[in-house]
Amino acid sequence: METNFLLEAIIYLSAAVVCVPIAKRFGLSSILGYLFAGIVIGPSLFGFIGEKGQDIMHFAEFGVVMMLFLIGLELEPHKFWKMRKFILGMGSMQVLGTAAVLFYGTQLLLDWNWQTSLTVALALALSSTAIVLQTLKEKGNSNTKVGRSSFAVLLFQDIAVIPILAIIPLLASDFSIAQNEDLSHSIITDFPAWAQTLVVVGTITAIYFIGKYVLVPLLRIVAKTRLQELFTASALLVVVGVSYLMELVGLSPALGAFMAGVVLANSEFRHELEGDIAPFKGLLLGLFFIGVGASINFLLIFENPLFILIFVIALTLLKFLVLYFVGYVYNNNTDQNLQFSIGLSQAGEFGFVIMSFSTALNIVPNNLANKVLAIIALSMLFTPFLTLINERLILPNVGVKRKEEKPDDPVIDEQNEIIIAGFGHFGSTIGRLLRANKLNITVLDHDSDRVELLRKMGFKVYYGDATRVELLKAAGAEQAKLFIAAIDNPQTNLKLVELVRKNFPNLKVLARARNRIDAYELIDQGVDKFYRETLYTAVNMGVDALVQMGSRKYTATRQGQQFIRYDEETTLKLAKKRHDKMAYLVTVQEEVELQEELLKQDLYAQNEGNDHAWESDFLKKDSQEERDLRF
Amino acid sequence: MSRNRILIIFAHPLYEKSHAHKALVSHIPESNYITFNDLYELYPDFNIDVKREQKILEKHDIIILQHPMYWYSCPPILKQWIDLVLEYNWAYGTKGDALQGKFLFQTITTGGKKENYNSKGKDRFTIYELLEPFNQTAQVCKMIYLPPYVIHGTYEMVEEDYEKAAKEYSTVLTFLMDNKLPVNGILDQTYLNDWFQKQQQS
Repeated sequence: METNFLLEAIIYLSAAVVCVPIAKRFGLSSILGYLFAGIVIGPSLFGFIGEKGQDIMHFAEFGVVMMLFLIGLELEPHKFWKMRKFILGMGSMQVLGTAAVLFYGTQLLLDWNWQTSLTVALALALSSTAIVLQTLKEKGNSNTKVGRSSFAVLLFQDIAVIPILAIIPLLASDFSIAQNEDLSHSIITDFPAWAQTLVVVGTITAIYFIGKYVLVPLLRIVAKTRLQELFTASALLVVVGVSYLMELVGLSPALGAFMAGVVLANSEFRHELEGDIAPFKGLLLGLFFIGVGASINFLLIFENPLFILIFVIALTLLKFLVLYFVGYVYNNNTDQNLQFSIGLSQAGEFGFVIMSFSTALNIVPNNLANKVLAIIALSMLFTPFLTLINERLILPNVGVKRKEEKPDDPVIDEQNEIIIAGFGHFGSTIGRLLRANKLNITVLDHDSDRVELLRKMGFKVYYGDATRVELLKAAGAEQAKLFIAAIDNPQTNLKLVELVRKNFPNLKVLARARNRIDAYELIDQGVDKFYRETLYTAVNMGVDALVQMGSRKYTATRQGQQFIRYDEETTLKLAKKRHDKMAYLVTVQEEVELQEELLKQDLYAQNEGNDHAWESDFLKKDSQEERDLRF
Repeated sequence: MSRNRILIIFAHPLYEKSHAHKALVSHIPESNYITFNDLYELYPDFNIDVKREQKILEKHDIIILQHPMYWYSCPPILKQWIDLVLEYNWAYGTKGDALQGKFLFQTITTGGKKENYNSKGKDRFTIYELLEPFNQTAQVCKMIYLPPYVIHGTYEMVEEDYEKAAKEYSTVLTFLMDNKLPVNGILDQTYLNDWFQKQQQS
């Protein structure tokens, strides 16, 4: 038994380890790799796993549950609220539109009864959350408009699964079957309808309160033990527990996990939970796709290849057209809309769930259900190819050319009016001051540890190389009002300012400069708001030195103020002057000449710049003269 | 006809929260003859650019110090401004006649009511009397000091009242810009408001 288990594990893992890198090597999505792995080891090809594929499927569906937990984690309630128009609008249009067309289409062309048509139509209207989200993530499109539109539709679909599963039993011609043991694994099925509703609502409310008042404090205690694996165990326990609870009351575990995710999204453990669950999710989803690949019954396809092939093509085309229309209504531009519609044009994993459910109720004949399963699997199989065709052949010839985004691209969805690049000691001080004054900032930084830390502290910090125009655009540089360049490395900072000045000429730039030489470069870029990090500290120190030598503090402070003003003026003056001199070649020499020039200017300024406020020597002299005149 | 150039020296440390001054400032007529000089905005560190200030003063005929009344005087930056800008042998002293013959008055808001500002009221003095130090400063600088333009009772004002006061201020400024100032008849008033009202009636 144990050997069997290990052997199976070896088969699955080695299939994945071999197939996924090959798929990646050819620029295909990892999902396709898993699907192929499933086909290879499945009954149709080598038959390593045989009927056991079904058991694996059941286990692997947990990957979908975990995925929804992660989706929930990433979805803060206020964001959900902000997106409600898209979720309800786009989602309902897509699901109802596709289902309606499929229903009438199959009624018109095929000799199915209406219950079968409706069930199949609903099953096929849903897209694959797993495939789409994975693809979006791999292409770094999660937070683009394509990503948001896709996410809105998928979320609606995920939620729609619940009512769909509730409706299907009503379609059964023989209601006695609907009451059979297949359905009654829920403990509340025997309750009257109102009690069922009550229990369901109660459970959902309970999840909210338990999450908020039990789980979060519990996680805090666990976190204090500083045992990483204990935290991982707690995270898994949360997901498994919620899933079980939901199944107990006859709701989808996926929905429960999603809700638990949403509840925990606002806790400080969001990123830790994400990090802990993610590997399990990845592995189980991989398993799920292997299962899908293995369950494709090629015999059925060979029996009636034309029907299945035409159906898959028609289905994909139909879903594409409906999605394109939805995207069009919601103002996606052509290339966004193509990515969005092709990306979601497949049937999804919830299709498998609905089909197996309705087969159990005898709504859909077994043979047909198998065909539909094959259709779903095939359409899932086609998506990555369609995406590839879209990217390589269609998009380059349509509309605006999309930027290439790397998978590790940062996630930026804010459109704040202030962008700070560089969040070291310098930038973060600025950020803290602004935040203390209730201004929202978008921060770009390339230190991932710092990003993580600051995020935990509630800053909106994003990871990435700020000197890339795409990143600046994504950060909202086109709409922002103020750009603060505060990167530690002067060369990088200067490069950044140059880039911003060139690409976003209307954006006001405040730039950090290490010293006078940097300031000159910035002036050449047309920046008039530059801040030398050495100037203000050095002057403050000079002021204190004056105080130590016996100056009154206010007088010394005023001297310092005067000095800064005068120094800023000379900097502007000398910046222009420096281009006149051919001798300015070597930096060292430049520095020396600069100091010389400055010292000369300072001597001049001392005679010129001082005022005589609050002095009275000359007044005494004046009144003396008046007296002299009188006598 | 030559018009008067007006310089408004404005001092309010918390301008963004002042209904009265926001209304007044927003109704200052757009004109090349009116300069608005916001001290707290220009010199947040009280480090006043004396040369710049002197240069604009020289270019104007009527100087208005617009500020709220704090402890029977002006906000601190305005005192700093007076201390620094009105230099010996520029504004006063044997050779100091840069401001000679220019008009100076104050536009003042008080939270308290007008009734309080007289010998029987709880503030014991009229605004004009309380402003004697400014009056005397103007005299030393050989300027003509006019009675203050005052908006009393801002604590009890509502939006329409601010609006009304601001519109009146706007007409006063336009009038001052367009008319030669007859000194007689102004100096014996307690409020510039009263004088202006008489001008409107005649």
